[in-house]
Amino acid sequence: MTGLFSEVFLGALLFGAVTAAVPLLLAGLGEQLSEKAGVLNIGIEGMMLAGAYLGFLGAFYSGSLWLGFLTGAAGGIAVALIMALLCVRIGLNQIVIGIALTLGLEGLTALLHHFQFSRSYPRLPAADATVIPLLSDIPVVGPAFFKHHLIVYLAVALVFAMGYLYRRTQLGLNLQAAGDKPAALDVAGIDVIRTRTIAVLTTGALAGLGGAYLANVGAGLFIPFITNGAGFLGIVLAMLARGRPVWVLFGALLFGVCLSLTTAMQVAGINIPTDIIQMLPFLAVMIMLVLFGRRASLPAALGIAYERGAR
Amino acid sequence: MSIDTAPGASANALDATSGAATGRDILHRLLMTLGPILAALIIAGCILLVVGVDPLAYYGYVLEKGLFSPLGIQQTLTRMAPLLFLAAGLIVAFRAGMWNLGGDGQFLLGAVTAAASAPVLVQVMPAWLALTCSFLISMVVAMAWSLLPALLRAYQGVNEIITTLMMTFLGTSLANVLVKLVFRDPGTTVPQTRTLPVEDRLPRLFDTTITSGLVLGLAAIIIVHLVMTRTAFGLKLRIVGANPRAAVHAGLGVPRLTVAVFAISAGLAGLAGAVDIIGVQGNVRADWNPAYGLAVIPAVFLARMNGFAAIGFVFLLSVLSIGGESAARRLGVPNHFTLVLVSIMLIVLALAEYVDHRYNQSRKA
Repeated sequence: MTGLFSEVFLGALLFGAVTAAVPLLLAGLGEQLSEKAGVLNIGIEGMMLAGAYLGFLGAFYSGSLWLGFLTGAAGGIAVALIMALLCVRIGLNQIVIGIALTLGLEGLTALLHHFQFSRSYPRLPAADATVIPLLSDIPVVGPAFFKHHLIVYLAVALVFAMGYLYRRTQLGLNLQAAGDKPAALDVAGIDVIRTRTIAVLTTGALAGLGGAYLANVGAGLFIPFITNGAGFLGIVLAMLARGRPVWVLFGALLFGVCLSLTTAMQVAGINIPTDIIQMLPFLAVMIMLVLFGRRASLPAALGIAYERGAR
Repeated sequence: MSIDTAPGASANALDATSGAATGRDILHRLLMTLGPILAALIIAGCILLVVGVDPLAYYGYVLEKGLFSPLGIQQTLTRMAPLLFLAAGLIVAFRAGMWNLGGDGQFLLGAVTAAASAPVLVQVMPAWLALTCSFLISMVVAMAWSLLPALLRAYQGVNEIITTLMMTFLGTSLANVLVKLVFRDPGTTVPQTRTLPVEDRLPRLFDTTITSGLVLGLAAIIIVHLVMTRTAFGLKLRIVGANPRAAVHAGLGVPRLTVAVFAISAGLAGLAGAVDIIGVQGNVRADWNPAYGLAVIPAVFLARMNGFAAIGFVFLLSVLSIGGESAARRLGVPNHFTLVLVSIMLIVLALAEYVDHRYNQSRKA
């Protein structure tokens, strides 16, 4: 118990919070994009798992983390392609297909893992961190926030890039129109189907990247069901963020602290059963939803497939 | 933040096409059901080929163990009992346009409640009364677990997909806490609840090992089907499912009905847990989570939320899961394959329906 508030503990807690937050951030940003364009993506958990599995494969066989991130993103895109075809192009029910994709990918990645790695459980070497000079010298906070893999900083930069995309670019406006009033976008001469497809595929890439980070950097290995609801947490983040990427970042950090607290408390040997500690992040979600759920706003045409000329 | 893609809406569209069922219609429906299943078996078979398993041998083994062996078919029918209760709960929710995806949490809490209460109650009262009480308590506990998502959806408009999923994660952990800390049997070294003696469990049917829970499950799903299709209450729920706004204008108390739907759906999931414990398992071991709740969702969709069709698909799911469990032990193909197979089925069926719909439209035009 003495170690609870020591510098080392706090440093580890914050470092872990950032590590845990990155997959949530990427998933949340992806889900936000998809929802803005009018596609509710319940399959994001499946996309993350595909990214985690393929990302691990890529990094394991090539020895390069970056190649792993690339294959992870590709895995997410591959699943998103199915979603785009079925839900955007031919307009099947997004929730049904989303559930099917999540369940299918849970099974498929666990199955493939069983045949490849269930005997060896290979691990990747620890990811090398990019140390930001000066800032990383700050006690406690420095090492926790400024000694991460380069992709973490890129993910944070993406938050602001997304903000810029939504506010300042034509594409961003088109995306939001596709979610709020697709017919108006169609009349303006922009292809709704294409706009939504771009959104879904980008979501897949981000979710896949998040999954790959979770497996390669966060855990250093792939195990079945490794995401453990991270994709669903991403959906919650997107809901509570009310369309603002910065809020996704804050939310991801908050949930990251909860997730990190679960591991930190176990490491610190605090005598609380793991099952209770594991409830913490989900409890936080429910509290957030009770407090702020009502104020969440979603695009008008979310979840409704667009068909030109349909009444 | 409610989303208008009510699951009931697609089902109603499907129902509309089924007017008078002529012979051709029935043949067409049969083809539309069996075709996608066959296609899914072939696609999933390709996955087996990739991992180096002979798909024909695998399917043959699953069928033999889950369907054609005397012991296997009895296990399959026994497995159906909890699955039928879960399916019944999902039918109520989905037809009313609510995505109760929290079945697993509700199931586990119901199971733990039954495991905690039944062995104690049988010591103080006659077995039939003890089991009935146990069933009722499990139902109430599961209902209570769904109250928060229900209230959030009914009065705050918070999307229930997320809240029920989150409650499932919480419920799974809570069930474990209860087994390990509160209801742990002091007499065993492995963490598990006290065991209900075999003679106090639900009786078996005739001279078989099939649990009489199967009869309860069948009754539950048929009653649910009849209530949803033949009663005013069912009609109200379906109106809420088809168009919540129109339901408000029709004078229906949508928030109250919403809470009722969640309570019924979760109560049935709790009963599923109770029937599995009181009928089959006898106790709950720590970290036990069969995840039936998720596996049943595709079966209910495949059955288009029709109770009778759901019985068929639950049977299929049972065969796959019992056969799959044997195959996992013998052929080394993990159970996860069943999950893959069922979700491929769901996607292929949705696709087939779309193609069929398109074909009909172009023929009419």
